[in-house]
Amino acid sequence: MLKYLLKRLGLAIIILLGASALIYLLSMLMPADYIDNQTSAALQSGAMTMEDVMRLKELYGLADKSIGGIAKSYITWLKSTVSGDLGFSFLYGKPVTTVLSEYIWISFMIAFISYILQIIIGIPMGIKASVSQYSAYDYTVSVFAMMGTALPSFFLSALLMNVFAIKLGIFPLQGLTTATTVFAPDAHLQILLDKVWHLVLPITVLTLLNVGGTMKFTRTNMLEVLNSDYIRTARAKGLSEKVVTYKHAFRNTMIPLVTSLSGMLPGLFGGAMITETVFAIPGIGYMALRATRQGDIPFIMGYNMFLAALTVAGMLISDIMYMVVDPRVKLS
Amino acid sequence: MGLLNIFKRKKIEGIDNTMYLTLRDERRISKENNKIIKYYERMKARKNVPEEEYLTQMRDPNNVVEFENLHTYFFTDVGTVKSVNGVSFDVPQGKIVGIVGESGCGKSVTSLSLMQLVQAPTGQIVEGSIRYKANDGKCYEITKVPRDKMLKIRGKDISMIFQEPMTSLNPVFRIGEQMDEVVLLHEDGMTPESAKKRSIEMLRLVGIAMPEKIYSKYPHELSGGMRQRVMIAMALSCNPRLIIADEPTTALDVTIQAQILELLREIKEKINGSIMLITHDLGVIAEMADLVVVMYAGRIIEKGTVREIFHSPKHPYTIGLMKSKPSGKTTDDRLFSIKGQVPNPINMPDHCYFYNRCDRAMEVCLGEYPKLIQFSPTHFAACYLYDESRLSGDDLAKE
Repeated sequence: MLKYLLKRLGLAIIILLGASALIYLLSMLMPADYIDNQTSAALQSGAMTMEDVMRLKELYGLADKSIGGIAKSYITWLKSTVSGDLGFSFLYGKPVTTVLSEYIWISFMIAFISYILQIIIGIPMGIKASVSQYSAYDYTVSVFAMMGTALPSFFLSALLMNVFAIKLGIFPLQGLTTATTVFAPDAHLQILLDKVWHLVLPITVLTLLNVGGTMKFTRTNMLEVLNSDYIRTARAKGLSEKVVTYKHAFRNTMIPLVTSLSGMLPGLFGGAMITETVFAIPGIGYMALRATRQGDIPFIMGYNMFLAALTVAGMLISDIMYMVVDPRVKLS
Repeated sequence: MGLLNIFKRKKIEGIDNTMYLTLRDERRISKENNKIIKYYERMKARKNVPEEEYLTQMRDPNNVVEFENLHTYFFTDVGTVKSVNGVSFDVPQGKIVGIVGESGCGKSVTSLSLMQLVQAPTGQIVEGSIRYKANDGKCYEITKVPRDKMLKIRGKDISMIFQEPMTSLNPVFRIGEQMDEVVLLHEDGMTPESAKKRSIEMLRLVGIAMPEKIYSKYPHELSGGMRQRVMIAMALSCNPRLIIADEPTTALDVTIQAQILELLREIKEKINGSIMLITHDLGVIAEMADLVVVMYAGRIIEKGTVREIFHSPKHPYTIGLMKSKPSGKTTDDRLFSIKGQVPNPINMPDHCYFYNRCDRAMEVCLGEYPKLIQFSPTHFAACYLYDESRLSGDDLAKE
């Protein structure tokens, strides 16, 4: 077990190194860097000269775009990253770690709530659909699940915004707080409720998008299990259909389910870039998109490394959970 | 013409003719199936059915189970598969009844019908009766017993051992847990401790060394033979009156096969129950069975005592089966095999199903399906060869 973990850790380091090198190279090769973006207006109006721009680039370490130069600056980045310093974000003017820790929580909250909803809605629906395969219920649920999965998130967001925010006016359109209301500084509950009210639509979008996948996954695995020999044995024992389905069958369906769902857990910190942007919620995804547009290399690197680390962690967690739920699996 | 064939999508070859299904046929079939399936499912799901409706009388009080004219059909998308098509035989108390036949001849479906475990909703018992005498003297008409009542019979009075020990145990539960479950379910006043004691006792009974250790193991930690022993122990734990063994030795290697069969026979003596032994291995039948039922394409073509079937087989199919079994005496270098294939169950002919493979087929065989002809109080066969009233002079001359 320990040997396995060490092996996976070594593998993770290699993956992270490769990913960081690739992302670094790509973001350095972006046609317009942060300085170009910031200075283009001043350059055109003549307030700045090309020499000023070059000096700025030198200062930011963006001047040398040759392969050798990129490699050199990558190594500098790597050194400081290993020592725990992800650098200073150009755009936000703060250390990258500070920006990350400030904005991931709102993203995590949205993602986590929709993750929980996705599990408590999707799994029972999938079980019921598999038990009554080819019934009206099965078809209806499957069609809606497919529709939810097939819709692009920005489209679904726009649709819900149009109906519930603009036409019906039930929910706020965008943002995280109501700008027109002034809350007393000690009205914590009201502020919280206001935020929750703003998050209803984005959470709905994320849930609708993902619940179909969970439902389908549950249904498929459940059907496979229900056709297996040991389910026939369980029935032959005289167990009621409820016990057969929810104990004998579901315990086996849980193996792939837990493995895949637990692997998603770290990813919840990664933010939902498109949904957050459409709803203008200052989550990590929204911040990252802005930073990427502006060519804020320290933040791009920091965020993407964070994502890569989360992915690696997700893989590790799902492997460990696989061992936990399936007695046949031994990690070695 | 080629264009028209687009509409004939599914080809079903029978003995006499080849059927094609058009899209319209398929739609009609699925519509009819839905109607039929709904009817039977509703019947089975009824609650609070009065006992009189499913209590009955046995024809012979010495029998544990009587099958009479049982029809179990599968309503599939391409047509009705008559898996069991008018099967009648008895399982007497304390006897081993062997059911032999090729794969797909309906032997497993017959036994699953008795357990009400036919793969629903496509599979349904449509006609006939299965009478079962319980311990308390009550006789149940299994085809009419509602689902909730059936749960009390399954696993307690009638238990089943399956073909594949490797996949018949739930991989995520420990052996002990799976065994205790049956006992706790069916026996009143059982505590987890007493259930564990019973399970360990059963494991010892089926010849497992160190039952305490096996009790807390997972199925994948045991060998195939061990797992089959566990299955047998599980089947025994509620003192069943009838054990259905559905090809219990097919997946095991030969030495283990002999051990498992020996075990089954010992156990039958101990519990004084009956065994329905389903197999396609004639050696197993000869060794174990008291009575033999030979099935072909959903029908019984011959039944009798093991002596009658092995020493004086009547039906050409049984004769072929006997010839195709390897024996030490013959010196032929090739094993005899019955030519041809089992007919497609969807497109069955109206005449004897064995006609196309029979080396003694006659003109009369193309008539209606032959009736069972009695040779002794126990020996029956369904073949025109022995029906003197139906044989024309011509056919006799040919003989």
